[in-house]
Amino acid sequence: MTGLSYLDRLEAESIHILRETVAETKRPVMLYSIGKDSAVMLHLAKKAFAPAPLPFPLLHVDTSWKFKAMYALRDKVAAEPGIRLIVHKNKEAEAKGINPFDHGALHTDLWKTEGLRQALEAGQYDAAFGGARRDEEKSRAKERVVSVRSKSHRWDPRAQRPELWSLFNFRLGAGESVRVFPLSNWTELDVWRYILRESIEVVPLYFAADRSVVERDGLILMVDDERFRLGEGEQVETRRVRFRTLGCYPLTGAVESGAADLGAIIAEMERSRDSERQGRAIDKEGGAHAMERKKLEGYF
Amino acid sequence: MAPKAEPAAEDLLRFITCGSVDDGKSTLIGRLLYDSKSVFDDQLAELGSAGGAIDFASLVDGLSAEREQGITIDVAYRYFATPKRKFIVADTPGHEQYTRNMVTGASTADLAVLLVDARKGVLTQTRRHSLLAKLVGIRRFVLAVTKMDLVDYDQAAFDAAVDDYRTFAGEAGIGEWLPIPVSGLNGDNVAERSQAMPWYKGPSLIEHLETVPLAGDADAGRPLRLPVQSVVRPNQDFRGFAGLVAAGTVRPGDPVRVLPSGRASTVRRILLGEAELAQAVAGQSVTLTLADDVDCARGDVIAAAGNPPQAADQFEADLVWMAETELVPGRGYWLKLGTRTVNATVHAPKYAVNVNTQEHLAAKTLGLNDIGVVEVTTDDPIVFEPYTESRALGGFILIDKLTNATVAAGMIHFALRRAQNIHWQHVDVSREVHAAQKGQRPAVVWLTGLSGAGKSTIANLVEKKLVARRRHTFLLDGDNVRHGLNKDLGFTEADRIENIRRVGEVAKLMSDAGLIVITAFISPFRAERDMVRSMMAEGEFIEVFVDVPLAVAEARDTKGLYAKARAGDLANFTGIDSPYEPPESPDIHIDAVTMSPEAAADAIVERLLAQA
Repeated sequence: MTGLSYLDRLEAESIHILRETVAETKRPVMLYSIGKDSAVMLHLAKKAFAPAPLPFPLLHVDTSWKFKAMYALRDKVAAEPGIRLIVHKNKEAEAKGINPFDHGALHTDLWKTEGLRQALEAGQYDAAFGGARRDEEKSRAKERVVSVRSKSHRWDPRAQRPELWSLFNFRLGAGESVRVFPLSNWTELDVWRYILRESIEVVPLYFAADRSVVERDGLILMVDDERFRLGEGEQVETRRVRFRTLGCYPLTGAVESGAADLGAIIAEMERSRDSERQGRAIDKEGGAHAMERKKLEGYF
Repeated sequence: MAPKAEPAAEDLLRFITCGSVDDGKSTLIGRLLYDSKSVFDDQLAELGSAGGAIDFASLVDGLSAEREQGITIDVAYRYFATPKRKFIVADTPGHEQYTRNMVTGASTADLAVLLVDARKGVLTQTRRHSLLAKLVGIRRFVLAVTKMDLVDYDQAAFDAAVDDYRTFAGEAGIGEWLPIPVSGLNGDNVAERSQAMPWYKGPSLIEHLETVPLAGDADAGRPLRLPVQSVVRPNQDFRGFAGLVAAGTVRPGDPVRVLPSGRASTVRRILLGEAELAQAVAGQSVTLTLADDVDCARGDVIAAAGNPPQAADQFEADLVWMAETELVPGRGYWLKLGTRTVNATVHAPKYAVNVNTQEHLAAKTLGLNDIGVVEVTTDDPIVFEPYTESRALGGFILIDKLTNATVAAGMIHFALRRAQNIHWQHVDVSREVHAAQKGQRPAVVWLTGLSGAGKSTIANLVEKKLVARRRHTFLLDGDNVRHGLNKDLGFTEADRIENIRRVGEVAKLMSDAGLIVITAFISPFRAERDMVRSMMAEGEFIEVFVDVPLAVAEARDTKGLYAKARAGDLANFTGIDSPYEPPESPDIHIDAVTMSPEAAADAIVERLLAQA
């Protein structure tokens, strides 16, 4: 026995991926979405390059519709020494006032998919770290750790490079880039156990509390600010809820839960019979293979 | 509720499943996920469950493209955990592309689960999967005899499959394997031992997977190997070497050697993030600092001082070809092993291997999914170990220089003796001395372009002008070399590559002698020109693109060759039925339509002398 736990092994693998990417690409950037996966990825990156500061900036593709508590943590992280955070908002979406209430799928398309493209092109980044995990969704089970994107940021599942051992191929043609997923082999439970072990700070919305919510189309939505529009007959009520994933607040469903600390969250997860993306309205836009289609178009 | 600590015993097993959909593979994996509670209710609800039974297979098929075709076309990774272990399953298809996908999935696996349909028994496919898994270094196998429910849980069917496999395993040298009768559909012997098969006394599949020894645990007891990923240097006071410990255990005070230079030092500190460690073991990503200020960079290996690995530049290896375009012997590919990437050439295969029979077949090249034994030569020595001893320092990939695709996976057998024993002849009169004696900086001026572009004319003028300025030169011309040194070569792609390789080597020797070498060859392939560039010292290779449109060259047709090629009397003629790959960023670009040969030669000489 080496005494290494599976979390030690996952940690070592992720650090190895982060270091390989920085060694073999010119302008890496880390997508920082403020959620638990981003928190873990950032923590691993700090470990990978210590005692040197992070050798790349963080990039937040903002939609202006995130939870207030997310912006608070983002700004706190940005103030840490050695951290450089770039915030990108799609100007076109901003000018047109694109929002999740009036524009449905267009909201995600313009703010997130298009916003991400703009930000990556503006920074001329040839590598972007993302916190996606293969266990999240069926179409992600075959995603590579290092995934090549065309000049137009498209993903071609049929032209993926075989990944053998831990030998990653970062060679790129003109205009191509890679998305790199250091957490590929982590599951949701692994992420929470690691957060507990390493005392990583996450957005308080993950913990159960009494919150003002509205139930709509089977989702429990939080009324996070005055922009929330109530439908006819809808009532704001106070319920004890928490979030398993975080995104734009009008698109992210909460779950009823009493899990108010990490230990309770992990215990709840071990009993849980629902997947984490179940609360995400965005996955369901466009039918059963919505996520696969979004990936082809360049969504993370 | 008090926080619950991570269970201490949880380690990680990676395994691969081999078999086709017909063998009930997807059903079995679906069942493993379901029984370990790794499937969620909302995912189950999305599945069409015919007649109330859960369709386990549809839990694991991924992309809509393959769902429509009803086949699995790639490697998919699945995750499940029990209180004892976390598992990563590489799920690979049994259909076409099997070799590429299986080798990819198996490259990180500790164990292979081979699926055999109880009604069909051991098939050619089972044998093929076993041999491929063994090739990639898997030493532990499970023979899962599936669909036992369809043979009424009959022991005779199970025994027949086991007997068949025993005979094969003995011949193939597969030592450690455990047969388990299962039904993915009903869950027999998957998580729980089956009530329907009281005659089976062994463990269930999950019980076995939970207790099988981990391959990685043995690595900690071997000599230290740490391939350096990067040098961490935040300030003048700290210089650390970051990497994942591939083998061994390291503690502060341990004597180490940096390979390939062989410099010795002692480990001072071991860091993981900000934390200082008393030791690091195989599998950990750490940063080491050394007691001495020794040269050490990405691609080097820090190793136990008393037991360092070898370095060599010629190897014999197994090669699995993974690309649609076949291997071109003699062409340069990028070879990545550990954290080192070097230029490498692969010689024509010694033989190819028929995976089903293990027969050796004569082969001139390797195509998609072919496996062969080859010799590989690298430009620089690399630190390695035989693959059977170390996956981390014995496994490599080849990358195509033009498409950047990963085209092959290799597994080193051993270094070739000639590389180990024939050291570079140490010479007292160095290339610097040769150059200084001639009072010039050596260079290779490499003219490339279509036949009839005017390369030879320009090259002649360049040489005359240089000699007039008392420079020491030599002109290598395509036609002249082909009458002598390379008269055994024709015009096939392979011969053209060898032609350029030899010219490159001659030019290299002449530049070592201090000469300015001018060459005039069509040299149609970018990869070969890059290969020659990589042989020369930085800045000594000057690529000159003599650029004319094909129509202009053909209209000139000074040697009448285009007419012959058009008439079909001359095969493989560049521009007609063989491609010309123009340089993407030549050092000098000559527009040979508007520029006279005289002016072109002046431009080249001017550039050359400015550089010197």
